[in-house]
Amino acid sequence: MKVSLYPGCSAHGTAKEYSQSIEAVSHALGIETHEIDDWSCCGATSAHSTNYKLSVALPARNLMIAQRKGLDVMIPCAACFNRFKTAQHHIEKDKALRAEMESIIGGKLTDGIAIRNPIDIIANDIGLDALEKKVVKKLDGLKPVSYYGCLLLRPPEVCRFDDYENPVLLDKILAACGADVKKWAFKTDCCGGSLSISRTDIVGKMVNKLASMAKEAGADCIVTACPLCMANLDMRADAALKMPVFYFTELLALAMGLPGPEKWFKLHITDPMPLVRSLKLM
Amino acid sequence: MKTFLDEVNERIDGVPIQRCYHCRKCTAGCPMAFVMEYNPNKVIKMIQMGKKEEVLGSSTIWLCASCETCITRCPNEVDIARMMDVLRQMALESGKGAKEKSVLAFHEAFLSSIRSGGRLNEPMMMVNYKLKSGDLFSDMALGLDMFTKGKLSIFAPKTKDVASVRKIFEKTKTA
Repeated sequence: MKVSLYPGCSAHGTAKEYSQSIEAVSHALGIETHEIDDWSCCGATSAHSTNYKLSVALPARNLMIAQRKGLDVMIPCAACFNRFKTAQHHIEKDKALRAEMESIIGGKLTDGIAIRNPIDIIANDIGLDALEKKVVKKLDGLKPVSYYGCLLLRPPEVCRFDDYENPVLLDKILAACGADVKKWAFKTDCCGGSLSISRTDIVGKMVNKLASMAKEAGADCIVTACPLCMANLDMRADAALKMPVFYFTELLALAMGLPGPEKWFKLHITDPMPLVRSLKLM
Repeated sequence: MKTFLDEVNERIDGVPIQRCYHCRKCTAGCPMAFVMEYNPNKVIKMIQMGKKEEVLGSSTIWLCASCETCITRCPNEVDIARMMDVLRQMALESGKGAKEKSVLAFHEAFLSSIRSGGRLNEPMMMVNYKLKSGDLFSDMALGLDMFTKGKLSIFAPKTKDVASVRKIFEKTKTA
């Protein structure tokens, strides 16, 4: 299948390993990606916290460019995904806002461009059977918990994807790779998001709770699809509680025997190599 | 004359917040309630009581992490997450600024980076944030670690047509 790709700003920086693993996995699964031409930032939490119209207009500019190709838009970053879906939701229900946005961005906005995240595309379009067939090295012995966080699922009428209180697609994807996925009740709890830098103290408490609950569930790592969740869990938990955190696409690449994981794991703040080596996954 | 409640409802543009019957489901599920001075359902009550100064001057509105758990679970579909956005914006428009100064400094540094390059430049944003917040020394070791690992890209590509992004900022300017 062909999709437009919106990498998001962190793809070139703190979430380099996510964007590189997404590319590798997409290629291997037959997802042809076309980066949105000259894309710009979605505005993230900072725009919608301080200026409603700016928070709609910034994704709208990218939607306008994406609609020229007419393909579904794949957005790996949970925060960008949420901002695009939300902007689209407002534009579709509010005619006056749509007209105003069109004048601000200097072009028409059409409906019907599907904004999707890679969990949805891999689980529903590629399919778990097809994924399993690509697995050459089962993730035997790995005990992850899947962590969705907030922005992939809420609010449900906007995100329209997976169960919003107990999502399961990511668990199924990891199980298809041979991992022993652990159940826990914190899949959709918040990591503190963008308060990471301004109120590190609060975020520390939130990720400590997540890490200790993951441990209690019998997990040896946490798997995410969000650069913000990754950053907070990887950097902000107390040393005693820290456990390896992976982007789900890194583990997919590992299971599919693709090159890259060794390079990506070096970018993690909490070194996942001792765990990976102890399970002889690399 | 419009009451504070009228203003908030008009800007949320959803169900009127007075539909809240204080079941406290929002507060029970709020991951930030443990640090908020007023819980989410209390903010609704305060708006109904016209306590504009107290609400707009509170840390609560800036500590809301926009996780959207409240709106997802509210039995009456009161959009509390959107209400928090509206309250933050009203606080800025009133010229009061933010009780949580570092949170606002982060948002300003973030948006100023987008305005200048079309995309976020993480290291430049951090420098700008540190200057704005005065919090110069936190995360230094972590920043160095990230830099050494190659996690920070000072020269990340910018948006070529950055003029179109700046135009968006111009045309949506509020205060």
